[in-house]
Amino acid sequence: MSTYSAPVRDMHFVLNDIVGLEEITSLPGYEECSPDLVEAILDEAGKFATGVLDPINAIGDQQGAKWMGGEVTAADGFKEAYKLFVDTGWNAMPCSPEFGGQGLPTVVSMAVNEMWKSANMAFGLCPMLTGGAIEAIAHHGSDELKATYLPNMVTGTWTGTMNLTEPQAGSDLSAIRSKAQPQADGSYLISGTKIFITWGEHDMAENIIHLVLARLPDAPPGVKGISLFVVPKFLVNSDGSLGARNDLVCASIEHKMGIHGSPTAVMAFGENAGAIGYLVGDANKGLGYMFTMMNHARVNVGLEGVGIAERSYQHALSYARERIQGAPIGDKSGETKAIIHHPDVRRMLLDMKSRTEAMRTLAYWVAGQMDRAHNHPEATARVTHQARADFLTPVVKGWSTEQSIEITSTGIQVWGGVGYIEETGACQYFRDARITAIYEGTTGIQANDLIGRKLAREKVPGSTAKALLAEMATFANSMGNDESLLAMARQLNDGIAAMQRATDWLLATYDSNPRAAAAGAVPYLKLTGIVVSGWLMAKSAQIAAQQIASGASDDFYRAKIATASYFAAHQLPLAAAYAAAIAEGSAAVLDIADGLL
Amino acid sequence: MKIVVPVKRVIDYNVKVRVKADHSGVDVSNVKMSMNPFDEIAVEEAVRIKEAGNADEVIVVSCGVASCQETLRSALALGADRAIIVETDVELQPLAVAKLLAAICHKEKPQLVICGKQAIDDDANQTGQMLAALMGWGQATCASKITLNENVATVTREIDGGLETLEFPLPAVISADLRLNAPRYATLPNIMKAKKKPLETINPGALGVDVAPRLRTLKFSEPPKRGAGIKVADVAQLIDKLKHEAKVL
Repeated sequence: MSTYSAPVRDMHFVLNDIVGLEEITSLPGYEECSPDLVEAILDEAGKFATGVLDPINAIGDQQGAKWMGGEVTAADGFKEAYKLFVDTGWNAMPCSPEFGGQGLPTVVSMAVNEMWKSANMAFGLCPMLTGGAIEAIAHHGSDELKATYLPNMVTGTWTGTMNLTEPQAGSDLSAIRSKAQPQADGSYLISGTKIFITWGEHDMAENIIHLVLARLPDAPPGVKGISLFVVPKFLVNSDGSLGARNDLVCASIEHKMGIHGSPTAVMAFGENAGAIGYLVGDANKGLGYMFTMMNHARVNVGLEGVGIAERSYQHALSYARERIQGAPIGDKSGETKAIIHHPDVRRMLLDMKSRTEAMRTLAYWVAGQMDRAHNHPEATARVTHQARADFLTPVVKGWSTEQSIEITSTGIQVWGGVGYIEETGACQYFRDARITAIYEGTTGIQANDLIGRKLAREKVPGSTAKALLAEMATFANSMGNDESLLAMARQLNDGIAAMQRATDWLLATYDSNPRAAAAGAVPYLKLTGIVVSGWLMAKSAQIAAQQIASGASDDFYRAKIATASYFAAHQLPLAAAYAAAIAEGSAAVLDIADGLL
Repeated sequence: MKIVVPVKRVIDYNVKVRVKADHSGVDVSNVKMSMNPFDEIAVEEAVRIKEAGNADEVIVVSCGVASCQETLRSALALGADRAIIVETDVELQPLAVAKLLAAICHKEKPQLVICGKQAIDDDANQTGQMLAALMGWGQATCASKITLNENVATVTREIDGGLETLEFPLPAVISADLRLNAPRYATLPNIMKAKKKPLETINPGALGVDVAPRLRTLKFSEPPKRGAGIKVADVAQLIDKLKHEAKVL
């Protein structure tokens, strides 16, 4: 069994050389942060991930969380690890200093969060959901709600959940039926059943703060009639102490394919007197509030793809170095060697490494856009950065998670037959990865968002994509100065041209034939992921080549050129195939009669 | 009471150490470096003593290249109050480090020095003992328990076949063994505060210490690869092999 080791060298490279950490930490609001502080933070977070979270990952998978009479017990070691997580202050890292957080840039939290997800994805979900609930209350809640709930949620003493889904309301939240009845004292009585509530009930925290979508009696039908409520497990007294148990209960937890350590609850609100809840912001605006924090949440799930892929890669690599089997093809010595020497095993390892690095680079780069959108002193720059973050958020979410399923599957393949045996641990990453492409909006939902709101229905349709295409093309053309990167420049140019064709086709088709456009949505999402991260990997290669030319001895740069070259040669050509599928493949999808499927 | 804790920057214990091709040393370029684990235990113990109200200040000291500062920052993040780096690019051997630390002790006048029992790179297990001798102080090595009472220390040591308990007056040098404590994880607020804690840079010349190496390393080599095992026919053959091939009898 391999031990997780945080890839801090690559993280630093991406942060400093691609995202521009120095520039971000000099933005107003981030004065407390500096690149050398980030180095110390990543080192210490890496120790925590390796020493505390990684050792209980397999235990969480094997034992799972346990439900008994409405109470849920986390797997062995989780409660202690969570206490240490809270005591060491990691939960507060991304939060605003106003409520006791450290106010570090999003991109720094990204790197640290990647470590939690790599070391123990099921555990990492708990602080991730708390973070989402904190955002909702901080942005839209009254001062009283903020004062009552945020301090303990920021430290992690209380955790948070998001109660959106109902049995009949999954991807389509307009079908929500949970009810909220106004009370004389200004509170509401909430009733209804919510499903798929991550960490909806557990024994790791003193209180659980549920954010619940429900309808008021006079609410208009559909998405414009959904309101957001804070519904605590234990009511909070005016002095801040915990009061009576609220009328909500965890009816059961699901038996899932993966993330067994994370309890997925069925929550029953108001089975008796009614669960007391408090309105967040204005009535009937709940869904909009959910969407404001959706970008962070979606990038965070994309990051789960990065984290689980990295973990699977490290696990496969350690086995490939020690497993001796067969004489490699073309090896004249005839000796049996470690499987890392076999060409196809090398291809698999490089495939995993290269794609994981590309996913990491894209995710951090988008987080950097978010930080600039938030804190850049110039309004026009904030708008541009926000538009880029908006455009690429569904790509980070959809593309990285879909890739993580393939990468963790390759991880099993490197192990061969024993990889299919649970004891080796390779299966867990594959099973854990599978959910990432589903929750927080499936890949299909992400892709529809991408070609719709982010492309064809953008204020100036396609403007963000076109500006990005132009910037990428300028870079690709400038690569010609470096002889060693000529092939990569050509491959990148071909990829950009494919993205250009697909973008033009979608913009021309979306209004006249939206069904045809939608049939190409997921291929376009994947194409965009490949081309934009291919551009960032080519940038990485160029920086690495410059470093080597100026005498750097760090092997990291040689490895970076190898992973970027692999990505350009093996992944970028897929862009043209996707572009062709988008332009010519919709009829095959749409014309077949339902009965023939 | 002041406590001085010397910390050494070493190759991280997770890294597979590689000998340079020309056998001149171990490859440390672009290798992950960390605080020597025994020193981390020493820092933890000093911080616990301070937290219990038995010390006023914990000073961490590292001797070596400029990047030892990062190691000192991790010690500050664990709770040390301030740091001193004695900066030099010269390869430092235990006696030179002991002399540097002695000079620091004359300057800072601590009541107690807690160091790791040995560093995991050269495994010398000498510096603490040399420092005690240079200062003329008492010492207890390989401590698994430390109790302080006024100016008297009681230390339990792990020795072959059991535990030994010593009692001696301060000032003194104590070296930490593995089971003394389990070091904490640094908290995020403390990691951020560590950046603002004082870190003083001194060069060996200013301390009047000649750090030139006195030992010459002839060659580094990897341990011999373990060969395949064989089955012996009987006990007589085993004894014969142990005597003549393994030469252990």
